Amino acid sequence: MRTAVIVFPASNCDRDAQSALAKITGRDPIMVWHRETELPDVDFVVIPGGFSYGDYLRSGAIAARSEIISDLKKKVEKGLPVAGFCNGFQVLTEAGILPGALMRNKSLKYICKPQPLTIVNSKSRFTTGYNGQKDVTFPIAHHDGNYYADKKTIDRLEKNGQVVFRYNGNPNGSINDIAGITNEAGNVLGMMPHPERAVDPLHGGTDGIELFKSVLGAL
Amino acid sequence: MSKKIKITPEVVKEHGLSEGEYEIILDRLGREPNINELGIFSVMWSEHCSYKSSRRHLGKFLTTGKRVIQGPGENAGVIDIGDNHAIIFKMESHNHPSYIEPYQGAATGVGGIMRDVFTMGARPIANMNALRFGEPSHPKTKSLVAGVVAGIGGYGNCVGVPTVGGETNFHAGYNGNILVNAMCVGLADQDKVFYSAAKGAGNPVFYVGSKTGRDGIHGATMASAEFDDDSEEKRPTVQVGDPFTEKLLIEACMELMATDAIIGIQDMGAAGLTSSSVEMADKGGVGIEINLDKVPQRETEMTPYEMMLSESQERMLMVLKPGKEQLAFDIFNKWELDVAQIGKTTDTGRLVLKHKRKTVCDIPIAPLGDDAPNLDRPHVPTPQRDVLAASDARPPTDYNDAMLKIMSCPDVASKRWIWEQYDRHVMADTMDSSQSGGDAAIVRVHGTNKAVAITTDCTPRYCYADPVEGGRQVVAETYRNLCSVGAEPIAITDCLNFGNPERPEIMGQFVGCVEGMNEACRALDYPVVSGNVSLYNETNGVAIPPTPAVGGVGLIDDVEKHATLAGAKAGDTLVLIGKTEGWLGSSLYGREVLGHERPDVALFYAPPPVDLASEKAAGAYVRRLIRDRRVTAVHDCSDGGLAVSAAEMAFSSGQGTSLKGHGDVPLHAWLFGEDQGRYLLAVDENSVNPVISTAQSKGLEARIVGKVGGDNVSADGAYDLTLSKLKDANEGWLPGFMAETA
Repeated sequence: MRTAVIVFPASNCDRDAQSALAKITGRDPIMVWHRETELPDVDFVVIPGGFSYGDYLRSGAIAARSEIISDLKKKVEKGLPVAGFCNGFQVLTEAGILPGALMRNKSLKYICKPQPLTIVNSKSRFTTGYNGQKDVTFPIAHHDGNYYADKKTIDRLEKNGQVVFRYNGNPNGSINDIAGITNEAGNVLGMMPHPERAVDPLHGGTDGIELFKSVLGAL
Repeated sequence: MSKKIKITPEVVKEHGLSEGEYEIILDRLGREPNINELGIFSVMWSEHCSYKSSRRHLGKFLTTGKRVIQGPGENAGVIDIGDNHAIIFKMESHNHPSYIEPYQGAATGVGGIMRDVFTMGARPIANMNALRFGEPSHPKTKSLVAGVVAGIGGYGNCVGVPTVGGETNFHAGYNGNILVNAMCVGLADQDKVFYSAAKGAGNPVFYVGSKTGRDGIHGATMASAEFDDDSEEKRPTVQVGDPFTEKLLIEACMELMATDAIIGIQDMGAAGLTSSSVEMADKGGVGIEINLDKVPQRETEMTPYEMMLSESQERMLMVLKPGKEQLAFDIFNKWELDVAQIGKTTDTGRLVLKHKRKTVCDIPIAPLGDDAPNLDRPHVPTPQRDVLAASDARPPTDYNDAMLKIMSCPDVASKRWIWEQYDRHVMADTMDSSQSGGDAAIVRVHGTNKAVAITTDCTPRYCYADPVEGGRQVVAETYRNLCSVGAEPIAITDCLNFGNPERPEIMGQFVGCVEGMNEACRALDYPVVSGNVSLYNETNGVAIPPTPAVGGVGLIDDVEKHATLAGAKAGDTLVLIGKTEGWLGSSLYGREVLGHERPDVALFYAPPPVDLASEKAAGAYVRRLIRDRRVTAVHDCSDGGLAVSAAEMAFSSGQGTSLKGHGDVPLHAWLFGEDQGRYLLAVDENSVNPVISTAQSKGLEARIVGKVGGDNVSADGAYDLTLSKLKDANEGWLPGFMAETA
């Protein structure tokens, strides 16, 4: 099982993602610098959290125009499973791979806390391993997590089962309490919470493990 | 600024130099300095860089120990945690800038302390901060809290280093001078620790990081004078931080440090290019020649004076081995950072600066350090305070009210509003942070089974009442904090914040605190490895309370064997280790319930004494209990005494706690007394007898004081409150305060 993590300047949860993937697959992921033009041949790609390019301009906006993104888009269309957590979700929306945008939190403050979530679609490729378990807690840590899309898009996401996670207690003002969505094909997940920080009982709990097992097991 | 500026007595005075100091400059140069040279002497001899008021006292500290690799004198202290791992850490103040411009002041404080740590080869793994604000009713307090917290978060979150803990106090004594003390802890390999000495002549000098601008010129001098009503005008001397560049700088430096290219490296902190080049050359016993035309500049027409004194952030100076230039260029270019070879080391022992093909400074380096003033300022001790007998302090009229008041007073109230704005988990190794309300944060050493414990502490009201005893107490409390989580305390860093040292009573507070701290360090075998001094925290003649903040670091050998507050379970017995006489002098109870500090009352009593021998014995015993898994939760007894300790354990574990009285001590003094050297343990029923009897066999006092369980937090004959009501009071104060509109 081979995995990769894309690293942008000031990605900073690259190590969190690396540790989680290594722990779950037993094999270190390949760390891919954003200036590369081609992704290595892997089964799953994570776009990590952080502050790519210092969140300057808009969160994720500059990273979404990196060299590596064109190849990422090509492989996404061919069905490569990809997950973006936190800043990774912002990059995916800015790159147009996922719909919508992440605006500043309603409180205008950065917020870091364990966040209860509800798994809305337990049949997605990222949630099958939860076996119907509905409630999980992942840490959140973001300033721009307030998910927004126009009504038509939201209706489509809801209808297609693309809303995978909802906040249980909305921390940031997201429409419909949306915490995580997939693309229409279901191979790309974007979410603000950090499942990669919930794979260790000594650090953030273990609720995130099944997410990785789901996507890797479905391969 | 033209080179033609005439050096008049007024110009000398504006540079903060005394007549006597200027005489020394004339003597060492054998001529009048030009303005650039005067500026360089001025910053190097400022209080901030030369420690001229404090140096002779700091020299008394215990700075060595079996785990000390590098004590004070480098960018940060280095300790040995085994397996070729080193922990590198330091705490530093950014008080003056944070008062003037809270967001940038605090942000650049965090950036600066991280650079001190990674400059030595350590990847920063945790940040802490010790904050002190004015009283909540002061008109500036709320905006300062909001700005400082946003600045700390804005910088640390972006760089991606977890902010794992700290402390926040509010007191009228900080109305005109808040304290922002930031601590950073980093992890390095012992054979990859980098120092600042620029050894050898003819080696290339490299500048990397951000461009130099006109920001922060004379910041070090600003930090060496009192504030007055015109301090707002000093805003241009505050620097602006760019955490994105800092993150790139960390990664690029780590990449270069993995090679063998670097001889010496130092960040450009206070007094920027001046202090970094002078200190590196001085330590290496060499001269240095810099071509200022090569310095990357953000603004046009910058003068040598401005370039040398700029405190633009996110810049590093390094001396490389000859032949490694291209390697450095390649790495820094990859990270899209400015990089320039700006000069070379020489064998002349002189600092020579060229600008537009002219020599604009040529001075010997040694006098900048060797001849820096080393003052023996007059100091008078703080008068002894009376001891307040427990029987002379009245009990509360209503215990429930008193308990609610203490748990919701600004110093005890939950700081969730603050720490939820900090990323506490990034890097995947935070095991315990502010989130659990524990005594120390716990951060795993990546990829291993061990962890470091980190704490910051200070009780300024004790230091104000009795600097020597307060000094002992602050060191002892950090020691206790580390033992409470099961860590072996190793060493401390300190940030000594005081008023104007030119006043003998303030200097007396400084000398007293240092004496007490040093006594504790020696008794506990707990050396000082780094730190800084911040003086002149005074506005219009009103000084802050003496605040020697201490950051302690300890080692947990096995991550499975640590304790937190959260582990207490229903049915556990509460056991108190340590002796209780019911000390209410300088207590929170005295201040919050009896109003001792109110201007119309103004009663200051002796603070609780610290028995350092039993402190050490109690610490060792508690660590052993944690290692042997004889306890489910541990909390030290500090502010607010046993009552607060038991309530906090209840908050963290979600279980109620009930305390009972002590026949020989008045009930209010038993509950709220702040006797030192005590730990509250939650112990499984079956372990109670051995825990108590072993303690007694070691000469430690140990007694059963209550139970864990139920929905209430109570004490027999005193208070009885639902856990949720008490928690709401504790959690409610700060968000309520921040939401109030003026």
